[in-house]
Amino acid sequence: MINALDQIFVLLKHWIVGFMPEALQPFVGIVLSVVAIVVVFPGLFALTTVLERKGLGRMQNRIGPNRTGPYGILQPVADGIKSLTKEDIVPVSADAVVHFLAPLVLVVVVFMGFSVLPMGRNMQLVDMDAGLLFFFAIGASTELSIFMAGWSSRNKYSLLGAMRAVAQMVSYEVPLLMSSVVVVMITGSLSLVKIVEAQNQYTWGLPHWYIFTPWGCAAFLMFAVAATAETNRSPFDLPEGESELVAGYFTEYSGFKFALFFLGEYLGMFSMSGLGTTLFLGGWSAPLAALNFVPSWIWFFSKVMLSICVLIWLRGTLPRLRQDQLMNFAWKFVLPMTLLNLLVAALWRFMGEGWLRWVVCSAILLGVYVVAGRTGMKRKHYGPRSYRYAE
Amino acid sequence: MLGEGILKGLAETAKNFAGSFVDKERLTTVQYPEERLPLPEASRNFPFLVYDGPDWEAGLRCVACQICEKECPPKCIYIDKSKDKKPDFVGKMQIYPAKFDIDISVCMSCQICVEVCPFEAIKMDTEYELATDDRFGGLLLDRHQLARSNEYYHKIHPTEAAEVDARLAEEKAKAEAKARAAAAAPPKAAPPAVAPSASTPATTTAATRPSVPAQAAKKEEVPSSPPAPPKEGEAR
Repeated sequence: MINALDQIFVLLKHWIVGFMPEALQPFVGIVLSVVAIVVVFPGLFALTTVLERKGLGRMQNRIGPNRTGPYGILQPVADGIKSLTKEDIVPVSADAVVHFLAPLVLVVVVFMGFSVLPMGRNMQLVDMDAGLLFFFAIGASTELSIFMAGWSSRNKYSLLGAMRAVAQMVSYEVPLLMSSVVVVMITGSLSLVKIVEAQNQYTWGLPHWYIFTPWGCAAFLMFAVAATAETNRSPFDLPEGESELVAGYFTEYSGFKFALFFLGEYLGMFSMSGLGTTLFLGGWSAPLAALNFVPSWIWFFSKVMLSICVLIWLRGTLPRLRQDQLMNFAWKFVLPMTLLNLLVAALWRFMGEGWLRWVVCSAILLGVYVVAGRTGMKRKHYGPRSYRYAE
Repeated sequence: MLGEGILKGLAETAKNFAGSFVDKERLTTVQYPEERLPLPEASRNFPFLVYDGPDWEAGLRCVACQICEKECPPKCIYIDKSKDKKPDFVGKMQIYPAKFDIDISVCMSCQICVEVCPFEAIKMDTEYELATDDRFGGLLLDRHQLARSNEYYHKIHPTEAAEVDARLAEEKAKAEAKARAAAAAPPKAAPPAVAPSASTPATTTAATRPSVPAQAAKKEEVPSSPPAPPKEGEAR
């Protein structure tokens, strides 16, 4: 019974596929999984927009949307209708084809990232041997769509936003990859399914999630920072800083294309949260051995939503960074720390079982964190500027 | 340590988040159409014309001197003088505005018209729900739409209105004393049609106004501004 509930979607798929002729079965199976992904995540997106607006409101001691439906639940419906009925404006001098393609490319690419995420036991579209690699390759293509949008709009703000976005995403791609590599080093596989299975073990009822190891915790924190930057979320939302760039790379988009960008951004958040969950938070495995009776997909989605809530919390707390702070942080702090973390993970692997590796690894990471934080990230005090004029 | 400030900030927002559910004092939101904050006394939005007594048309204090029209920086006031005259609050015969239009889409709420008016006839309103579905006609208010009673003025700006009333009463008393002195001296001019009681100008003028001549003729003169009930959709 418990097992059936856990596998309910898999069984449902097999049951529907069973009605099809033999030749069509693999195809129909894939279509069904794709439809499920395409329906579930935009649904979560709708939920998240209202959650975000309510949550941010509460953090600023406001009420948030409360007019559409009970407690403002129907706000995403109203937003959707609004964006559908709005005029779709394409600037005269814009490159119409690229301008049209950019939001589509973004959404398609982001959806492809979900194909390798295991969302429950046996619940993944494809179990690729190099799933992580595929995910990062696909994730890097979002930069393409963002630059397409910025370039084709023929607007200075759009272009500036796109340039910022590309600079930021390229910079943070490196620590993102580096912090994920430790997981691959320990697990010995690039397959996300195998990575989750490696974490789905329990000692004294506690799970073997990678976040509960010194190197995993450090990698998770850096992964979170890099993922926030990668998805253009606050405090790294420079590419769309309203106070400086109107709306950044989608300044010239309106109506449904704008909504698609919005959707793409949130789907990017979901896929990044899903990847973080898979790599460090044990994917679909239960947080306690005693809680294993709860279906695995519930655990995956609650972990993803929890990550989203933390992102909203961060957005409600932190002001936007400056471009130089952003770059300094990526190249001078996060990247060296991820490189160190690779060494620590190797040390962990070769020190063998025992309490000593816990102490040594934690000490190295904490020590370097404190020292690097003190010296490298010290706030610089600039004196009054002195100007020298040409004589 | 690096990240300490972020943790502090996160704690602060978490406190706000939880506190806003528990502590009603934290929520600063006023749910506007249902609840409103009382407007401060000095608030102002668009001008209106003050009238005394029950009849807006007879009681308008404006004498169509057109100072406000000339002073108005964005030129949103349009005045047509009347051909005939009617007595003002002291009883002196004055012309009155046959037409007094203010385009509130042009008005910039500077209050200069109020400051230059020597007759305390134009004052600033606090009304702000003035949305209409007609961009051009709906925001061009004629003198009927602009007319507000002195009682209304007292309601929205009590201190200022009391000062104005005192000043008007003083002027009126001075004019009466002058008239009485003129009457006591060789009786050559007809005494002005003023009630002898010296109460507030609002009540006295109301008492004197029914004797205004050519009430009916005036209505025919200004067909553009019939005293019709205000159109729906207009905040009255």
